[in-house]
Amino acid sequence: MSIKPAASTRRSFLKQGFSLGSALWALNQGGAAASPAPATEPGRSRVVIARDAKIRTANSSLDSAQLAKLLDRALQASFDCDSPVEAWKKVVRPGEVVGLKVNCLGGRGNATHPELAEAITERLRQAGITDIVIWERLNSDLEHARYKIVERGSGLRCFGNDTLGYEDDLSTFGQAGSRVCRTLTQVCDAVINLPVLKDHGIAGVTLALKSMFGAIHNPNKYHSNACDPYVADVFGLPPIRPKIRLHICDGINAQYEGGPAYMPQWMWPFNGLLVARDPVALDYVGWKIIEKKRSEMGAKSLRELHRHPNYILTAADAEHRLGTCDPKRIEQVEI
Amino acid sequence: MARERDGPLNTVDRRAFLKAASLPCLAACSGALVGAPLAAPLFAGPLAVPAAESDAQFIREAKFYEKLPYKKIKCTLCPRECVIDDQERGYCGVRENRGGTYYTLVHSRVVTAHIDPIEKKPFFHFLPGAEAFSVATAGCNVNCKMCQNWDISQVRPEQVRSTYVPPEKLATLARQNNCPVIAYTYSEPVVYLEYVLDCAEAARAAGVRSVVVSGGYIQTDPLKALSTRVDAIKIDLKAYSEQFYKEVVNGELKPVLEALVTLRKNGTWNEIVYLVVPTLNDGDAEFRGLARWIKSELGPDVPLHFSRFHPEYLLKNLPPTPLETLERAKAIADAEGLHYVYIGNVPGHPAESTYCPHCRRKVVERTGYTIAGIHLHHGKCQYCQTPIPGVWS
Repeated sequence: MSIKPAASTRRSFLKQGFSLGSALWALNQGGAAASPAPATEPGRSRVVIARDAKIRTANSSLDSAQLAKLLDRALQASFDCDSPVEAWKKVVRPGEVVGLKVNCLGGRGNATHPELAEAITERLRQAGITDIVIWERLNSDLEHARYKIVERGSGLRCFGNDTLGYEDDLSTFGQAGSRVCRTLTQVCDAVINLPVLKDHGIAGVTLALKSMFGAIHNPNKYHSNACDPYVADVFGLPPIRPKIRLHICDGINAQYEGGPAYMPQWMWPFNGLLVARDPVALDYVGWKIIEKKRSEMGAKSLRELHRHPNYILTAADAEHRLGTCDPKRIEQVEI
Repeated sequence: MARERDGPLNTVDRRAFLKAASLPCLAACSGALVGAPLAAPLFAGPLAVPAAESDAQFIREAKFYEKLPYKKIKCTLCPRECVIDDQERGYCGVRENRGGTYYTLVHSRVVTAHIDPIEKKPFFHFLPGAEAFSVATAGCNVNCKMCQNWDISQVRPEQVRSTYVPPEKLATLARQNNCPVIAYTYSEPVVYLEYVLDCAEAARAAGVRSVVVSGGYIQTDPLKALSTRVDAIKIDLKAYSEQFYKEVVNGELKPVLEALVTLRKNGTWNEIVYLVVPTLNDGDAEFRGLARWIKSELGPDVPLHFSRFHPEYLLKNLPPTPLETLERAKAIADAEGLHYVYIGNVPGHPAESTYCPHCRRKVVERTGYTIAGIHLHHGKCQYCQTPIPGVWS
C-alpha cells in the first residue's frame, strides 16, 4: 500500500484526463457520479485519511467549524479540487435528491455525528442540491443519535426506514434476497454513505459495505459466517449499488472492540474521516486501522477471534466487483 | 413453513369459505377484522408501513437465554445460539436485547389468523375434519429459499400489521368459532414460543387443544416445555441432508432429527412433512435414508407426508414437483416399511387417504381437505380392528 502526502498527487491525476479504463472502473463501482472525472489513476482506488486533533476543543467536545474544514480538505484531496464545492459537484448534480445514510446503531456514543451530516448538508447545498434526506434504519435509532425526525417538507428531511417502509418485491443478488427501503429506491437519486469506524462482534468490522444492512428489511438473516458473503451480496443488490456515490467514514471517535454497541472503554479519538468512492478500498483501509489499534492495545487479531472480515475480500472478487482490496491498487492519502 | 400457504392469495376451500362467511362474531372480536374479505384471511396482510402504535403490549422477557458480560446475551431457544449485543436482534428478528435483558417482541402479536381444516396443516391422524383456529406472528429462525409465507416469516414484527390477541382471547375466539383446535403455524412457532406456551395453557383450560407446525429447529429444553403443553407437533423436515439444510434452509439437519427423537420419547403426537423440491432433495437415496431413519428411530407408525413444491420466494426457477417424483418417494418409503405415507398438495390423489396397514382398506377417506368418510371405531380399523395410531377423538 502506498502512503503519499496529498500534495504530491493532487493535480497530476487531473492532468491524466479521462480514460476509458477509469470510466469502466467507475461504472464497475456502481458510481453514476455527477462527473466522469476520476479521482485517481485508472484501476486504482484512492482512500483519503484526513485527521486533525483540532476538531476537538480544549474540553474534548467537537468543534463543528474545524470538522467542516477537515471535511473540505478530505473532499478536495479525494477529487483533486481547489474548492470543496467543486469536489462535491463531482459527486452530485443539481436537482438530485441526495440521501445521507448515517449509522446510528451505537446511539449517541458512536453514531455518525450529526455535526458531520450538517457539514455535508451545507456543502451539498452550495453545490446546488436543494433536497437532502438523512436516513437510517429506524426513527428511534436516529433520535438516539441526536438527529431530529423531519418526515415532511422540502429542503432537509430526516427519517428512518419505518417512515416509508420497504419495497414489496424482493431484490436478489448472490445469497441475499431482501426488500430494499423506499427511501433509497423511491426518494433518493444518490446516496452518500456515512458509516462509523468501528469493530463488529460478528463481522469483524462494520464500515462502508456493511452499512447497507440498514437499507434492507432483514439484516438479521445475514450474520452467519461473519456476514460473508452477505455484506457483499447486499451491497450488490441492484437497487443499492448504483446509487451509492461516495463513502465518508466517521472516525472522529473510533472503536476497536465491543462493537457495534457503544463501549466507551474500547474507543479512542481517531479524530479523522476516511473518504473514498470505492467502498471495498475504504473498508480495507479501515479494517487495517482497527487491527493496528487492536494490536497496540494487546487485543487479539480478528482472525484469532474467528471474525476476520472476509466479506471485504468477497466484495472484491469476480462475482461482486464492488471495488478493490489489493493494497497495490489502493492509493492511501493521508492529510 | 413451506406447504401451508398463508395470505390473501390463498385458495380457500368451500368449507372454509362457508365457515368464514358465518363468522360475524369473529370480526367483532378484533378491530383489524372489520372489512376483511370473508373468503380471505380473517385478518392478515403484510404491510410496508407498520401499524402498531405501541410495542409495550407485545413485549415479554424471553424464557430461554443466558446473560453475558457487557450486556450481551446468548439465546438458547434454537441451535443457532445467537450471541446478541445490546439493542440488536437475533436471527429470527423478533427477539431483542435491551440493556442486557432479552425480550420477545411478538407475544400476542398476531399477524394472521384463519380457520383452516386441520388437514391443511397437515395433520391426518389428529381429529380428522376438525377446524383449526390458526394463527402466526412474524419471524422465523431459518430462511428457507422455498418459503411460501416469507412475507410474514422473513420480516420483523414492526414491518407487518399486527393485532393484539392475548392468550385468553385467542382461546375464546377458538371456542366461539367452534374450533376444537388452535394451530400455531404459517411462520415458525419456535420464535414465538412464549406466546404458544401461554396460549396452550389458556386453551386447555377452555377445552381447546393446541397443535404446532414447526421446522423443529429448537433446543431440547424449550422443546420439552413445548411438547408437554401442546397436543401435537408437525415437523417440516426439509431434507435428509446437511447440505440442503446449509444451502437452502440456513439451518442444520441434526438438531431437527434430535427434536423428532425427543418428541417420540415424550409421547407427543407427531407427523412429518417432507417438501420434495425438484433437483435439490428428491434423490432415491435420500428418500430411502429418510425412511430408514424414521423407521429405526421413530417407528413405522409416524405419518410421513411427501408434499409437492410450488415455486416461491427464492426458488422460483424450479418447476413444481412432478407427480411421478412424489409417487416414487412414497413407493420407496412404503417399501422400507413405513405404514402411513401420504402425498400432499395433489388434491384427489389416492395417497391422501389413510389405509389400514393390515387389511389395506381405507379407514379415512380424503379428497383435498375434505373428509369423505371415517371408518374407525375407537381408533381401530372398523374392518379388521387393527389399531390406527393417532388422536381420533
